[in-house]
Amino acid sequence: MTRRPGFLVYGLLTAFVVGSAAPLYWSFLLGSHTKEIAAQGVPPLLPGGHFWSNAERAVATIPFWKAISNSLLVSTVTACSVVFFCTLAGYAFAKLRFRGRGPLLVFVIATMAVPTQLGVVPLFILMSEFGWTGSITSVIIPWLVTAFGVFFMRQYLVDAVPDELIEAARMDGCSQIRIFWHVAAPAARPAAAILWLFTFMQVWTDFFWPLIALPHDNPTVQVALNQLQSGFFKDYSLVLAGTTLATIPLLVLFVLAGRQLVSGIMQGAVKG
Amino acid sequence: MSNSTTSRGGGTQTVSPPREGPRTASGPTGRAPRPEWRRRLTRLDVRLSPYLYISPFFLLFLVIGMFPLAYTAWVSVHDWSLIGGKGEFVGLDNFREVLDNPYFTKQLVNTISIFLISSVPQIVIAVVLAALLDNQLRGRTLWRMSILLPFVVSPVAVAIIFGSLYGDRYGLINELLGHVGIDPIGWHTNRFASHVAVATMVNWRWTGYNALIFLAAMQAVPRELYESAAIDGAGRVRQFISMTLPMIRPTMIFVVITSTIGGLQIFAEPRLFDETNARNGGSDRQFGTITMLIYDFGWQLRDLGRASATAWLLFVVICAFGIANFLLIRRIGSLGGDR
Repeated sequence: MTRRPGFLVYGLLTAFVVGSAAPLYWSFLLGSHTKEIAAQGVPPLLPGGHFWSNAERAVATIPFWKAISNSLLVSTVTACSVVFFCTLAGYAFAKLRFRGRGPLLVFVIATMAVPTQLGVVPLFILMSEFGWTGSITSVIIPWLVTAFGVFFMRQYLVDAVPDELIEAARMDGCSQIRIFWHVAAPAARPAAAILWLFTFMQVWTDFFWPLIALPHDNPTVQVALNQLQSGFFKDYSLVLAGTTLATIPLLVLFVLAGRQLVSGIMQGAVKG
Repeated sequence: MSNSTTSRGGGTQTVSPPREGPRTASGPTGRAPRPEWRRRLTRLDVRLSPYLYISPFFLLFLVIGMFPLAYTAWVSVHDWSLIGGKGEFVGLDNFREVLDNPYFTKQLVNTISIFLISSVPQIVIAVVLAALLDNQLRGRTLWRMSILLPFVVSPVAVAIIFGSLYGDRYGLINELLGHVGIDPIGWHTNRFASHVAVATMVNWRWTGYNALIFLAAMQAVPRELYESAAIDGAGRVRQFISMTLPMIRPTMIFVVITSTIGGLQIFAEPRLFDETNARNGGSDRQFGTITMLIYDFGWQLRDLGRASATAWLLFVVICAFGIANFLLIRRIGSLGGDR
């Protein structure tokens, strides 16, 4: 709306932002005090000086660095795979004419609404057959492509690449794959970056399937946090220091790419 | 948004060289016509390429998406142990056993209760928040980013943090309630209170995200509409209720459906909120959910047959809720919108 907002609007927004940040501060706060102070309830509202010693204890009790490197590997590989395959398929749906395009696209959209999480049992049986349970492969495979990714890239590419451009390149004797590589792929870059970010975050925060598929000594970050909490729930300064530490990678991502996340959500909404 | 416009320009630029280069070379005045085999090859290229591009997706998706869903049905009608593998065909016995299990009903009610307590206030607050953001704010991007902050905290971390905030004895929340003279609440032991606690976690993480989706929809409402409404004497609240809300209805349907699919599968939050050793959602499963029951059947009791049956039942519940929500929102929207 056109009017300049008043004090009330800023006040309400500030309250909301404080509410958004407060639990994170609480996590850091308890993580920075000693076990004894944390056990007595609400600590002093300024951080104590024990964050690193608590964090060190947390890192020592769970395979922390293993978990971080596993999560980095899984999230990066799947994000790249999703971006590559989904851009390819999204481009075909957006710009190429072929038999069965309509029904196949409807199929992709329909499967977006089906929670693939419900297939965990067969997925587990499948992974056991291949002998992949327990290894990081079992967590990567289910995320290699997503229906959402295809739909997202398709929606973007429909407008981002003018048909005349593809036609012109074809007239000039460009093969299809060269058109994709030199015309569509550069135009798809901003959407691809957003898809990459969202896939990375989704896989990083995923819990249900990694909990089923991975053993204690080879966890992702979320599975390791689960171990930390179940083993030491009475020692909140330890658990919350570990939790805060494990949240830092995504906070860094947020600071670097928060702007892209915001525009990604807003774009997806308008078109989805 | 600004992002996409710049890039589109960029895309055009990269493309222009090949457009001019080869065209002059092979145009009408150019070299001799291409040989027959090359023309055929080009035609083949045009015809086959689309399938080539979509096939990796479909092949992978068939294996990791569709096959497991269908195979769940096959497993659900067999005795199927986590260790021993497939046993006898048992028909619908697994479904019967699950439906007869008292925990199924209890955890289904918990799931729905948590879902309702989380999604209804969440959507209301998200819409209000979006309306606040739909102003000419100073530092627009910063505000938008700030409300998205909780989204980057994983559900597991959220559950651990809120588990501490909602501590029955020494938690911050009970402490604050004590200051205003309210007795401590058993956030982990009381069934309804535990649902509220779990719902808060979901709301904390998702409200800002949904607010941004609503904001995008609100910004698509033409500004002239507001101006003419203002001239007609409609106040801001009035404008919001009779113009903004009806116009963001499609987005509302989208948000409600996606939060239904996600909300009914809730797992990490209630599991990590539990501090008993069984970790099934409290000593009496007062906040256990259906997805937790799938995990319990499959990987604690090692009965994949019953786990699959439960997964199918959850799927049916999600479909029913999705359709019901869709119809409800459409009705509410048309009541408010058309008059």
